Amino acid sequence: MATRIQFENSCEVGVFSKLTNAYCLVAIGGSENFYSAFESELADVIPVVKTSIAGTRIIGRLCAGNKNGLLVPHNTTDQELQHLRNSLPDQVVVQRIEEKLSALGNCIACNDHVALTHTDLDKETEEIIADVLGVEVFRQTIAGNILVGSYCAFSNRGGLVHPHTSIEDLDELSTLLQVPLVAGTINRGSEVIAAGMTVNDWTAFCGSDTTATELSVIESVFKLREAQPTAIVEEMRKSLIDSYV
Amino acid sequence: MASNMFVVPQTRGTVLCCKCGISMAPNPANMCVTCLRSEVDITEGLRKHVTIMHCPECDSYLQPPRTWIKAQLESKELLTFCVKRLETDLKKVRLVNAEFIWTEPHSKRLKVKLKVQKEVLNGAILEQSYVVEYVQQDHMCESCTRIQANPDQWVASVQIRQRVTHRRTFFYLEQLILKHDAAVHAIKIKQMDQGIDLFFANRSHAVKFVEFLGKVAPTRSRHDKQLVSHDSKSNNYNYKYTFSVEISPICREDLICLPPKVAASLGNLGPLVICTKVTNNITLLDPLTLRQCFLDTEQYWRHSFKSLLGSRQLVEYDIFNIEVVSPEYNLGGSKYVIADAEVARVSDYGKLFYIRTHLGHLLKPGDRALGYDLYGANSNNIELDKYKGLVLPEAILIKKSYEEKRQKKRGKPRPWKLKSLEMEVDEFRGRGNEQKVESDYEEFLRDLEENPELRFNLSLYRNREYQLSEMVSVSDGDDAPSVPLEELLADLELSEQEDGEDGMRE
Repeated sequence: MATRIQFENSCEVGVFSKLTNAYCLVAIGGSENFYSAFESELADVIPVVKTSIAGTRIIGRLCAGNKNGLLVPHNTTDQELQHLRNSLPDQVVVQRIEEKLSALGNCIACNDHVALTHTDLDKETEEIIADVLGVEVFRQTIAGNILVGSYCAFSNRGGLVHPHTSIEDLDELSTLLQVPLVAGTINRGSEVIAAGMTVNDWTAFCGSDTTATELSVIESVFKLREAQPTAIVEEMRKSLIDSYV
Repeated sequence: MASNMFVVPQTRGTVLCCKCGISMAPNPANMCVTCLRSEVDITEGLRKHVTIMHCPECDSYLQPPRTWIKAQLESKELLTFCVKRLETDLKKVRLVNAEFIWTEPHSKRLKVKLKVQKEVLNGAILEQSYVVEYVQQDHMCESCTRIQANPDQWVASVQIRQRVTHRRTFFYLEQLILKHDAAVHAIKIKQMDQGIDLFFANRSHAVKFVEFLGKVAPTRSRHDKQLVSHDSKSNNYNYKYTFSVEISPICREDLICLPPKVAASLGNLGPLVICTKVTNNITLLDPLTLRQCFLDTEQYWRHSFKSLLGSRQLVEYDIFNIEVVSPEYNLGGSKYVIADAEVARVSDYGKLFYIRTHLGHLLKPGDRALGYDLYGANSNNIELDKYKGLVLPEAILIKKSYEEKRQKKRGKPRPWKLKSLEMEVDEFRGRGNEQKVESDYEEFLRDLEENPELRFNLSLYRNREYQLSEMVSVSDGDDAPSVPLEELLADLELSEQEDGEDGMRE
């Protein structure tokens, strides 16, 4: 189900939050509305954690993660790191990486199996990503933009990319990611997809400016209509049990 | 096949318009054009109603603060004017196209459709057309108001005078003015006793006309002004300017006795000379020695002598004998031959004169000539008295007379005609002078026929009423001189309109 929310009157909810299948990070806002919106949706399924990264609230753009791990930039303070380690489930590995490009959220877009990264990322960082997040890493551009983390948002079910992406690119990316992709907009025609929304396998949160058309596109490509959170989580539990054994 | 890099061909995909959901090519706003138009109105803040002033008399429109622009309905000038009135608005947007929408002329509304472009949202350029309605308010412009208030209002006048008894100069001047369109700006032209008065609305027009006169005739002018009104607050003074132009009384074919000083300065030119040509220089010819001299306007007015005998005093002579004395001289294009002649006045065959004449090339025994009768004249001239011991010739012949041949043609219309200026005739000279004026005019026309160089500066028009058959029947070998057909200009079809424009104000 896609929900429209606002963070302190801004529609760029993807900047102030990070949603994955195992946890949700939320920025500390003046009022509790933002946090309670997430809580009402996700509280009994996954933990919703209020945090800051490097003393800022733009946590969605600074960190990158999936159900396996979370990568934070080098300027994250020790307290924040500790807080995250304490609040998140034990399976989630929180790793601080030394990388020149510190806005990891803009440079890395990932789901539980594949990650697309900025073309100029370090080799070590790439290895760490493959290691911590447990994904296959591909260096890509989207519609000629190198900030792949900003211009596309994808989950395990589908993905939304920059509207100017050509059909050939769309096919190529779709093959890489193995999910259906569609080119579209968010927040009334904005092209910065990942900044305007945050998504996981069963739910999505979009900025309040999102039009009905855009919302229907999101719901159809991410297959949110028939998604039940319990089903996903149970699958996850099964896999956990598998690994445990 | 010399490309280094393999480039994948890129096809643009389609996205859904974020508002209405129809499939469209992505654009910077990511909204389809209709949704964009409904969102943003680039014509917001632009004026849709403008008031313009129109003068119904002269069909012109006011461009504030003061200029009136003449323009027809739905013309290019009117479109430029309308767009210019919107200049401040059009600074915000870019104008792509402008055209008129037809409106009923009596509705006093003008509609212009403008197409403008402006950048909206994130760099998308939107094009939109809108209609501006101009309400036309009637308001007379200053010049029309002035003319309405007092139609005879003039600011400058030029008074041309020539102190002679005939009007030949003024007929010629009239034709020159017509040829050069010198009087287009004149509000009114009035015919006065010994001259013409012209009235202008602008001092510079009058000055231009006076300069034109200076070029075609030997003139002397003075000017004056009279205060009409004055605004003490802004120190504006309105004057009436008057220019008085005097044309020298020397005319063609006049006999002149030069004052001794002038004769000496011209190299002892024999005191009796004939004037052969008058433009802004006066050409003098000594008939006995065939010496020609030019007098500048300035030189003439320094001495300002008058002529001894004028063309009214010409008398007809019969030639009995001619004896050529000298070879042919070519003086400035005209040929002269000195000859001794035996002549007698037509009115008095009793007295024979033996005289020297310069018309030896033209005259044959049996011809008639016109000349000045010095034998019978009683000249009361100061200059003549100054010359002690001067022997006057008894007669000086001026030109050949075609009187007999003209008798045959009398009453028959000429194949050519002249245009005339529209002049108001002063009541005073109406009576008694009419006959004189008519004979003067007839003389003038004959002059034109006889002298090709006189015709040179004028425009002669073909007379439609003249029938060709007549000309064919009357053809003897020795015909009176007439204007060859090639010199005639075909008259314009709109002859009424042309005549109407002559001498009328603008």
